[in-house]
Amino acid sequence: MAEDASAFHLLLTADPTLLAIVRLSLIVSLSAVLFAAMIGVPAGAALALIPFSGRECLIVLLNAMMGLPPVVVGLGVFLALSRSGPFGSLGLLFTPQAMIIAQTILVAPIIAALSRQTIEDLWAEYRDELTAMKIGPARRVATLVWDARFSLVTALLAGFGRAVAEVGAIIIVGGNIESYTRTMTTAIALETSQGNLPLAIGLGMVLICIAILINALAWGVRRVSERYAG
Amino acid sequence: MRAQAIDLPIIFEHVGILAGGVAILDGISLTISPGSPTLVIGPNGAGKTTLLRAAMGLINVTSGRINWNGQVMDTPKRYAIVFQHPTMLRRGAAGNVRYALAAANVPRASRSDRIAELLALVGLDHLARRPARRLSAGEQQRLALARALARDPVALFLDEPTASLDPAASKAIEDIIRSLTVRGVKVVMSTHDIGQARRLAGDIVLLHRGRLVEAGHAADFFAKPRSEEAKKFIAGELLL
Repeated sequence: MAEDASAFHLLLTADPTLLAIVRLSLIVSLSAVLFAAMIGVPAGAALALIPFSGRECLIVLLNAMMGLPPVVVGLGVFLALSRSGPFGSLGLLFTPQAMIIAQTILVAPIIAALSRQTIEDLWAEYRDELTAMKIGPARRVATLVWDARFSLVTALLAGFGRAVAEVGAIIIVGGNIESYTRTMTTAIALETSQGNLPLAIGLGMVLICIAILINALAWGVRRVSERYAG
Repeated sequence: MRAQAIDLPIIFEHVGILAGGVAILDGISLTISPGSPTLVIGPNGAGKTTLLRAAMGLINVTSGRINWNGQVMDTPKRYAIVFQHPTMLRRGAAGNVRYALAAANVPRASRSDRIAELLALVGLDHLARRPARRLSAGEQQRLALARALARDPVALFLDEPTASLDPAASKAIEDIIRSLTVRGVKVVMSTHDIGQARRLAGDIVLLHRGRLVEAGHAADFFAKPRSEEAKKFIAGELLL
């Protein structure tokens, strides 16, 4: 119980260490979602709309990648960025950038797979109308992405949820360095192992609040879409 | 006044369409000319929808060919279709029409006026901002009509536009069709409602099991049907 009280004290007094960790976590995860969206939405749209041989295999593979084990991704990125790896000369290992790369790889398949499903479903619905209106391919994609925007935002929120709660990949490529690459999840793992429970509990509370906030946002997006788009 | 004959007539030359080995249309030869509405009638499964989609260029023919006033490769741009169950784009009623206007390359500056004009024509001006998917079935059909008219079509294909509507909503659609005919739009419409065919048709095309049974002026068709199928259909008997 004493640990709980201390955790609340850390939160209420806006403990600088706790805030710095939360801030870095949000920067890393939001950046990863941004990059993953830039890759995932166009990839999902292409997969939904362009017929090619092997497309169904790629869809199965993409769906399977939604469950990529974070530690495996972390290991892969570690090997790629380590000094002897193909990108070792960039000097990114144990930096926030490496963590963003790892989380982008984790989140992009989620956003791509959900975007693909959303856009494909909408295309099945819109196909006749857009064809009858003689809408060209570029405008077709823009229409589908725009009209699916509320569902796609939900996909981004799902990706952010995955990123911000993830620990396995970023602890491998970030190294959990204090005041540099320590995020909420890696800090919770470390502080718990060291018996510093107040900080771990405080960060856990913030993480749960973020999870609730994400769900509230997803719900809000759904309500807004119902009100304005029907 | 529109130059209504530019993209007409539409000539079907021995058109056959197969789907999964089944003949949906079989050896159809038919000319759809400018003028009063052509009503395509027949029981369910006769091939009415397929004929409209083929005329619109949405389905490739398996045999024969369709000639759009001399063109055989591509449908004219000023054709429009309203499907039996039109899909509403995820935006307001006005947004749906605005999208169709943009697709038809109507200049941005004149779009707002055209939206107001088209929504007024179909009696939806008071619902301009309502999400299209929240409109009733009859309102959605009228909005789909407004969207189709955004192309300023020479020919408008309507696939059973009143099939699931109540009498009041059906009358609203029929009134719009009459006003379009007066404005020079060629309406080609499918229905299995013989009463509606009597009210609207200038020409009749009767299909049965993918074959053309009769085609000609509506007055002649109803006064002197030549085939047994036509006689049965007019008498309201089941055409099996």
